[in-house]
Amino acid sequence: MTDETQTHDGDGETRRDFIFIAAGVTAAAGGVFTLWPFIDQMNPAADTLAQSTTEVPLDSLDEGMGITVMFRSRPHFVRRRTAAEVTEATDVDVARLPDNDARNVNIEDGAPATDENRSAVTATVADGVEVDPAYARSILVTGANCTHLGCVPTGGEGDYDAWFCPCHGSHYDTAGRIRRGPAPENLPIPPMTFSSPTTLVLG
Amino acid sequence: MSGPSTYEPKTGIERWLDSRLPIVRLGWDSFVDFPTPKNLNYWYTFGGILTVCLMVQILTGIVLAMHYVPHVDYAFASIERIDRDVNFGWLLRNIHAVGASMFFLAVYLHIFRGLYYGSYKAPREVLWILGVVIYLLMMAAAFLGYVLPWGQMSFWGATVITELFGAIPLVGGPITEWLWGGFAVGNTTLNRFFSLHYLIPFLIAGVVGLHIWALHVPGNNNPTGISVKSSNDTLPFHPYYTVKDGFAIAVFLLIFAFFVFFWPDALGHADNYIEADPLVTPAHIVPEWYLLPFYAILRAVPDKLGGVILMFGAIAVLFVLPWLDTSKVRSMRYRPMAKWFFVIFLLACLGLGWAGAELPDKMVPGLEAIGVDFLLFGRVLTIYYFAYFLVILPVLGFVEKPTERPASIDASVTGGKSAAPAAAPAE
Ligand code: HEM
Ligand code: FES
Repeated sequence: MTDETQTHDGDGETRRDFIFIAAGVTAAAGGVFTLWPFIDQMNPAADTLAQSTTEVPLDSLDEGMGITVMFRSRPHFVRRRTAAEVTEATDVDVARLPDNDARNVNIEDGAPATDENRSAVTATVADGVEVDPAYARSILVTGANCTHLGCVPTGGEGDYDAWFCPCHGSHYDTAGRIRRGPAPENLPIPPMTFSSPTTLVLG
Repeated sequence: MSGPSTYEPKTGIERWLDSRLPIVRLGWDSFVDFPTPKNLNYWYTFGGILTVCLMVQILTGIVLAMHYVPHVDYAFASIERIDRDVNFGWLLRNIHAVGASMFFLAVYLHIFRGLYYGSYKAPREVLWILGVVIYLLMMAAAFLGYVLPWGQMSFWGATVITELFGAIPLVGGPITEWLWGGFAVGNTTLNRFFSLHYLIPFLIAGVVGLHIWALHVPGNNNPTGISVKSSNDTLPFHPYYTVKDGFAIAVFLLIFAFFVFFWPDALGHADNYIEADPLVTPAHIVPEWYLLPFYAILRAVPDKLGGVILMFGAIAVLFVLPWLDTSKVRSMRYRPMAKWFFVIFLLACLGLGWAGAELPDKMVPGLEAIGVDFLLFGRVLTIYYFAYFLVILPVLGFVEKPTERPASIDASVTGGKSAAPAAAPAE
């Protein structure tokens, strides 16, 4: 080492130590800040995030009929249930369900998974629209991806007369609640509004 | 690379280059004069075969990428176009698709070879770990590639595998959305999968370089598991093993070609010739054959998170294997008990593959009488899979009495009769 690299005053700290630490800290912080855009670019882009809505006309649905619609790039079941199906789902003891959370964004978090809390009775109703409560109660809208690993369950099958997921064997009941199998949660209920007595807007 | 170099540049140009970039010297010391145990059998040819597989995938892949369109509206049609309209497209695509299966066939034989001859033990732990890294990258590459044709199996395979990450507590949801770049598997997902599918094989090529470097420091293990003691134990790599590897590669390529030309879809699924439909899941979704054992382990656990942990654990345990096996003896040739546990392990892995392919509530043929369905079958085999690594190998090292081993590699081949160095000595 030459003289220029030696300590200037007696405190043992050199300008080189300072530059070394300063450069190191800058590089580390800079590294983190540089890394973030590379990670964050993979998150949903602005256009993907733009909240879309899907209008579902219900008048073509007879009792016991269902359709599958796309909403925010995911399939959703829309079903007009028969009175028997509603009764079947109502008669279940909620406390004994694998998941007793309603999973319904239209009502408060953690509400119990009763049939009423799962049905379209919980939908918002647009101003000036009159909806028949019994009719709304018969309508069930849920996400159509199994809460296990995302397959679409088949309708009219399984031990609970509603949906059965062929992928790993999950059974859902007539309120879209998980009853048996590896799926952990009830099928989720999307945000919904009655814009006319027989039209639901998702989103 | 081990020991002094024996390369002697003969021409002026070679001398000129050698003093600037000794690349010819590196090749000479690694693949020509490299001292190699003289008792390597055909199980040792899969390293060379795997190198060929990687080159085949990269070459055919680059050409396929010239015709493939990574967009949900065109991907499926572009694959059909490759199959029907592009000149020799059918051939290139068959080679690439069959090639993925052949690649895994070779890597499994290569891995089980290592498990039997104890190649993961000191001083080859790093070599083994790099191998497991390559295996992981291969699984990622194959999974991503399988999504590209955008058939029903592509789409639903991608959905199920990415949803696995949703099982992680708290961050699971954000991670899956980050992987998808949206709220479900879609166009953004397909785009990035194509980008990564293109990248990973080149990462593999890099790790293969490290793998061979880590091989050339301690040198090859061999079927006796005994270390090289003198030049009597070795032969130069060329011509002895270049020829042996070359012959094995030729036989392997014959089998490869049989599938490419006569049975290209033998290992694929008919459902993947139906275009992806987010509204309908096929009645029975299964991964490609080479991932089936892990799928069976995933399903063996009734809990979502538990299944995912166990599945990744099945691969993670391979990383620590060098420290789990407590026996001082490498080769199972001389381990009378371990040998049989190994055979059962091999059968268990095949059985797991079978369980992964069947519906969980179906009865296992032959075991209906005692009520064993594939779920139970998979569970029992999963327990054995983990017990082999976590209980059997650690305990055997203490209780097993190894049989007598030959004095040297040379003695194992010649019965100790060759006192003089071989005709073409390694040095
Ligand atoms: C480790 C090496 C590789 C493996 C294991 C692998 C595996 C696969 C698999 C399983 C498929 C689906 C085949 C099908 O069912 O049609 C596929 C497709 C594809 N791969 Fe690869 N691949 C590898 C390397 C590459 C490389 C290096 C490229 C590009 C440079 C590439 C480009 C493609 C393309 C464009 C497709 C879609 C065409 C098709 O499906 O045949 N691959 N790959
Ligand atoms: S995805 Fe439905 S049971 Fe696994």
